Amino acid sequence: MAETHTTASLAPAATERPRGGQGENAMAETRLKQIGGLLARQGIFVAFALFMIGFAIFSDRFLSVENIMSVLRAAAIIGVMALGVTVVVIGGNLDLSVGSMLSFSTVMVVDLHDKIGPGAAIGVTLVATLGLGAVNGLLVGVAKLNSLIVTLGMLSAIQGLTLIYSGGKNVDIANQDTTWFKIFGRGYIADIPTPIVIFALAAVVLHVVMAYTPFGRRVYATGGNQTAAVFSGIRRNRVVFATYLISATCVAISAIILGSRVMGSQNNVGQGYELQALAAVILGGTSLLGGAGTIWKTVIGVLILGFIQNGLLLLGFEYYVQWLVTWAVIILAVWLDIAAKRGRLWSPIA
Amino acid sequence: MSDNPLKSAMQWLARNPIWSFILLIFIFFSIANPYFFAIQNFKNILVQTSTIGLIALGMTLVMINGNIDLSVGAVVALAASLCVDIQDWHIFAGWGDWAILPAVLAALAAGTLLGALNGLIVWKTGVDSFIVTLGAMLGVRGLVFVYTKEQSFFASNFAFSDFGSSNIGPLPTLAVLFILCTIVVHFLLSHTVHGRNIYAVGGNRAAAVNAGIRVGPHMLVNFMIVGFFAALAGITLSSQMGAATPNLGTNYELWVITSVVLGGTKLNGGAGDIIGTFGGVLAIGILRNGMNLMQVPAFYVLVILGAILIAVLFLDKQLNRKGKEELRL
Repeated sequence: MAETHTTASLAPAATERPRGGQGENAMAETRLKQIGGLLARQGIFVAFALFMIGFAIFSDRFLSVENIMSVLRAAAIIGVMALGVTVVVIGGNLDLSVGSMLSFSTVMVVDLHDKIGPGAAIGVTLVATLGLGAVNGLLVGVAKLNSLIVTLGMLSAIQGLTLIYSGGKNVDIANQDTTWFKIFGRGYIADIPTPIVIFALAAVVLHVVMAYTPFGRRVYATGGNQTAAVFSGIRRNRVVFATYLISATCVAISAIILGSRVMGSQNNVGQGYELQALAAVILGGTSLLGGAGTIWKTVIGVLILGFIQNGLLLLGFEYYVQWLVTWAVIILAVWLDIAAKRGRLWSPIA
Repeated sequence: MSDNPLKSAMQWLARNPIWSFILLIFIFFSIANPYFFAIQNFKNILVQTSTIGLIALGMTLVMINGNIDLSVGAVVALAASLCVDIQDWHIFAGWGDWAILPAVLAALAAGTLLGALNGLIVWKTGVDSFIVTLGAMLGVRGLVFVYTKEQSFFASNFAFSDFGSSNIGPLPTLAVLFILCTIVVHFLLSHTVHGRNIYAVGGNRAAAVNAGIRVGPHMLVNFMIVGFFAALAGITLSSQMGAATPNLGTNYELWVITSVVLGGTKLNGGAGDIIGTFGGVLAIGILRNGMNLMQVPAFYVLVILGAILIAVLFLDKQLNRKGKEELRL
């Protein structure tokens, strides 16, 4: 009942407001807020369920196990990145550099694989990526610069670094079948593709960190109200710095999955991934203002994007139609989220 | 008495560090490279910067408003593709060179409409412009790929590509166009009611509402302006190349925002001007041109530009900190 009410009752209440009586209005608004609150908490599931049902009706292959596994495996790469971005965004900042950071790390891990062996390659790549994350963290956390501009600048700078490192050439791994490195992207653990296992593990770990540890609470506090957080004795600089390190770690993990899956890398492989990751985070209902959001809703956001992409392809649409749909889905999701919170469908802007 | 103009000039430079920076890199490249200091090269710089510059004019208005538009790069590609494709449509076959006119109009209309759509969504839904235009950045790019079927278009009418390399008197047409637009937008921002409202809305939205400004339609107009300029930039760019590719304009939002921020416009809105933006665009143009002439590999240019953007932000923060009793967090 609540669901059928939601869309129907949001619109009239909003238009009624100027002319309706005070008491009636207030009552309508309380009810609206209840329903709105429910929608704000559960709207993402409703949307997800609707999409799944819709695609399942029109394509008989959509709900097969192989298809679901392949969607999840493909979504895991952006998914792990999106988890890290969620932490940064909850802390009240943005990270637009994750896309070019992914290019950098993937090129590096693939290139080093044949030179110093897989284990050392993973170690060096992790350290190098953490270094880039530390630069972000220093500039945003310690120097307190605007995170949008800093990470936009880093997007460009890391793109350049990647090209300098590789000399503009694509890299690939020579003996792709013999190396144990292939386990991360191509392997299976108990019949489940490894990328999915890694994604699930990362999600669980980060969820626990954000929801049940003092550090997680500090991130929420910092993102919610910096001044209050500082006066409560939280060392804001360190918290922000740490969120960027977490984001960089997630990128490194994604890079290892991607490098192992493709066994090679182009220099611009991560271009645009920052947008997809951010889209998943936004779909999950994490506020760009910081202080609100959960890890597991980002997972749902990732799944929605992944299944939309897959479903549209199965229905025979062109590849790029999914970008148009993503456009609409992002705006609708955020709009409904905001509408539910303010209890009015339309904005109060004059 | 005699040192007063000099003194005020120094003060002006201190308040607008971008022009000191331009002076510095100008002198540096003039000494370091024999080909830099030449009239022909200055014309080149103006033409090269006109694309980013046109978009930056519109972006300045949107950013002073306290909003942002990330979809400009995709709009550039859409306008370029429309413009090059439509002039070859069969219904315009008998029009000769006049076939370019409906193509240009359609491209400009598309850009303005997409701007209006962004503005309308920001106005009516109250969703942050960053999210709205982030979605549009992806969606419009998708539209381009669907429309072009991932193909490049080539202009068969040479009159179109001749326009891109033509001159008006001693100056290249595109440079003249850019300078004219700069003057018009500068006038709009500093001498009209709409311009004053841009600062008012960006500075304190609640106060602007109380002062009777209709904030929603006001922001809508600014989004339409930036959409128009992005489309215009797409047209001039495709006219320079005589072609349009679906990947055109990738990362342009990055360059444009860099230029505007270099020019002193604040991300939170309420401050900035067109002369500063012109300086920012020029600085980026001179840097790219100078480094090209000195044969710095394109890879390093990306790193240097990213570093400069962050350095400017850092300096700006340091310079503006004193005087303000900022809470030390």
